[in-house]
Amino acid sequence: MADTIILEVQRFHPESDTEPSYQSFEVPLRDDWMVLDALNHIKDQLDGSLAFRWSCRMGICGSCGMMINGVPKLTCETLLMEYAPGPVRVGPLNHFPVIKDLVVEMDDFMAKLQKVRPWIVRKDDFKPEREYIQSPAQMETYHQFSLCINCTLCYAACPVSGLDSNFIGPAAIALAHRYNLDSRDQGIEDRLDIVSQHEGIWDCTVVGECSTVCPKGVDPSLAIQQYKLTATKEWFKSFLLPRGKN
Amino acid sequence: MPQYTTYQPKPYRPRMSAYWYLDQWNYLRYAMRESSSFFVAYFAAITLLQIAALDRGPTAYAHFQQLMRCPVVLVLNALALAFILLHAVTWFLLVPRVALRQMLGRPTPNVIASVPNFMVWFGATVIVALFILRVI
Repeated sequence: MADTIILEVQRFHPESDTEPSYQSFEVPLRDDWMVLDALNHIKDQLDGSLAFRWSCRMGICGSCGMMINGVPKLTCETLLMEYAPGPVRVGPLNHFPVIKDLVVEMDDFMAKLQKVRPWIVRKDDFKPEREYIQSPAQMETYHQFSLCINCTLCYAACPVSGLDSNFIGPAAIALAHRYNLDSRDQGIEDRLDIVSQHEGIWDCTVVGECSTVCPKGVDPSLAIQQYKLTATKEWFKSFLLPRGKN
Repeated sequence: MPQYTTYQPKPYRPRMSAYWYLDQWNYLRYAMRESSSFFVAYFAAITLLQIAALDRGPTAYAHFQQLMRCPVVLVLNALALAFILLHAVTWFLLVPRVALRQMLGRPTPNVIASVPNFMVWFGATVIVALFILRVI
């Protein structure tokens, strides 16, 4: 087997380019190298102008998500050897504006995330004098959705996100669902008003790729379908008992 | 004096191809599942036409049967049957994502939500087949 591999990396300079192009780099092919290691080799040894995000190198920070041969992956968790003999095509995450090379703009995602209020909302004057007791069974209901690291691979895999920029998207809805399921939370109605709009859960057509590509095993597609069920039940309740909430 | 201007990046905003569903097998499978609804509507229309032909009498029904034996319609029906099967299987497999999430306080295995649908489908198929073969 060859001891090098070709990496075709998408390049885009906002001040001189109107659209991206690909540049090929020959990098060492090592058993223990991830795609991120190859990108760092390019940056350190071949072309220092290459721009990309990374931080923890162990699949926790979620900042090194990129398209590898057309599939969204965390580059720090993807072995270079899997793509031998190559070439490997590395691009920025799909459906996001590209700032430079492999760096994408996350502003829109951050705004959507904040919109669904992904934190514990209390309606009462809650001033606990000790920790809030939660049983393992109560925690189990939301635990898998709490593993989301906001890497946005699910947005890159979701064709609905690409076709409709208003779609709140898989990760934000999964996190909204995570807090709805939390026994300490009282914000379900506030979130439902936002998430049950057309550009929320009803925009999802169950492609299911968000769950397939998630590096942490979160199932956003399941969260969205469960949310649809909750929204439908709430709608029926408000229809049958319009004054029931008061 | 050097003149500085505020850096204003012009991000590249990629546009999605009209043929995005051809990019990956999973997307193509999804597009086929969604488009299978047209064939569901087609079979519903055929069934309504069949009932209308039955209502009009033996001559009209014989004409309907003759139309159904036309090679073009046979090919179309075979294609529709393939898509109907895809439609039924894919949607039955998706049932666990919304139904019966919990039973007796425990998460329900996916198989418990999916299998009854397949069993009812199979039972209904057997009953219809027995009618067609004049066993019942």
